[in-house]
Amino acid sequence: MNDIASKVLKGDSRAIARLITLVESNDPAAIDAMKTIHPHTGKAHVIGITGVMGSGKSTLIYELTREYRKKGLKVGIIAIDPTSPFSGGALLGDRIRMTELATDDGVFIRSMGTRGMLGGLASAVYDVVEILDASGKDIIIVETVGVGQAEVDVIKIADTTLVVLVPGLGDAIQTIKAGIMEIADIYVVNKADRSGVEQTVAELESLIDISCDEKDRKTPVLTATAKENKGTTELANEIEIHKKYLKKTKMFDVQRRKRYEAELIEIIRKRLMNFIFDESTFKGKVETLIDQIGKKEVDPYTAADQILGKILK
Amino acid sequence: MERKIRVLVAKPGLDGHDRGAKIVARALRDAGMEVIYTGLHQTAEMIVETAIQEDVDVVGLSLLSGAHMTLFVDVTKLLKEKGMENVLVVGGGIIPEQDAPKLKKAGVAGIFAPGTHCDDIVDFIKKNVKR
Repeated sequence: MNDIASKVLKGDSRAIARLITLVESNDPAAIDAMKTIHPHTGKAHVIGITGVMGSGKSTLIYELTREYRKKGLKVGIIAIDPTSPFSGGALLGDRIRMTELATDDGVFIRSMGTRGMLGGLASAVYDVVEILDASGKDIIIVETVGVGQAEVDVIKIADTTLVVLVPGLGDAIQTIKAGIMEIADIYVVNKADRSGVEQTVAELESLIDISCDEKDRKTPVLTATAKENKGTTELANEIEIHKKYLKKTKMFDVQRRKRYEAELIEIIRKRLMNFIFDESTFKGKVETLIDQIGKKEVDPYTAADQILGKILK
Repeated sequence: MERKIRVLVAKPGLDGHDRGAKIVARALRDAGMEVIYTGLHQTAEMIVETAIQEDVDVVGLSLLSGAHMTLFVDVTKLLKEKGMENVLVVGGGIIPEQDAPKLKKAGVAGIFAPGTHCDDIVDFIKKNVKR
């Protein structure tokens, strides 16, 4: 058996960490290990946490993780922050709110840069969920980058999606009805010690009430003050209720199928892009075509045909 | 295939001055590295466990309290114990000149005193990182 894969299956931290590095770097050495671990995945419940910048996602994750640890559950955390589109570097700071978890051997935290992916996730995140799942984590929490309105890819990967808001957004909630306001399985109004929390909850609930979706489940709105560890026990309970609902209504399988679809598309996309833009035969051709487009010797559509024609034939 | 340099920037011990660490973290980001910043008051155990989980190539320690001879050395020792001797360890802060050789002997490969240019730190890391 693949050495790194067998160590991952035993829960070895260094092997988990190394395999994540390999998938993040698109290293072919990861592929065998990923093939080996796949049959051992599917057990963990994946919680996606998204919300605007500064809404307290990381602090909420810290308290939620402590809640799960009290129950003896093992937790994997994937904390995603944006990669600079200019330098390619990233400052990954979600751990600042979770330092107490660093030495708990039932918790594995990995910070990831988006590395060019839009949508609030990182390209390798599907692989990282599989790795943490195979390593025996019961709960996997995926924290997206602080989102604006349309970064909704987290629903492709999460079994339960939490949208975190803060009081004082006011009418803003009305205007962000689309995008992140459509994806919540549970809303959390964090920083509930601030004024305006009742109004925010009321606005959310009225939004949910006017929704025409024929759902048999009403999206719950919870309040929390994560900094003071208030509301996290209730949140963990609500996540459990949602998990049972998914299982009962067979939505669970639908959700999982969505994840595997997204994962497959991402693998194909990555390989195809790599084939076109990094393989030496095409690389020169692409550069030449870009110059020709600029000189009006060729139009962008004909240029695309010249590359894709060779592959799609 | 692209392998980015991953750096953990941490402040061990009790001093609360993190401006220098943040400036360096930002400079490394601007040089295309992925910087994991864990903030203040880290123990050697926290730093080493984080280095393992994040699979970093470099650990950068910043300390202004004077406890570097203890805390920096604790980190390099623990890294070695955990089989992470390939990780490049660098340090900065108020480090008296006479301490630098001892720290280097203990495995802190680069010491950067106040006044160091950020580019020098970036160059040092790029030159010395082990893959």
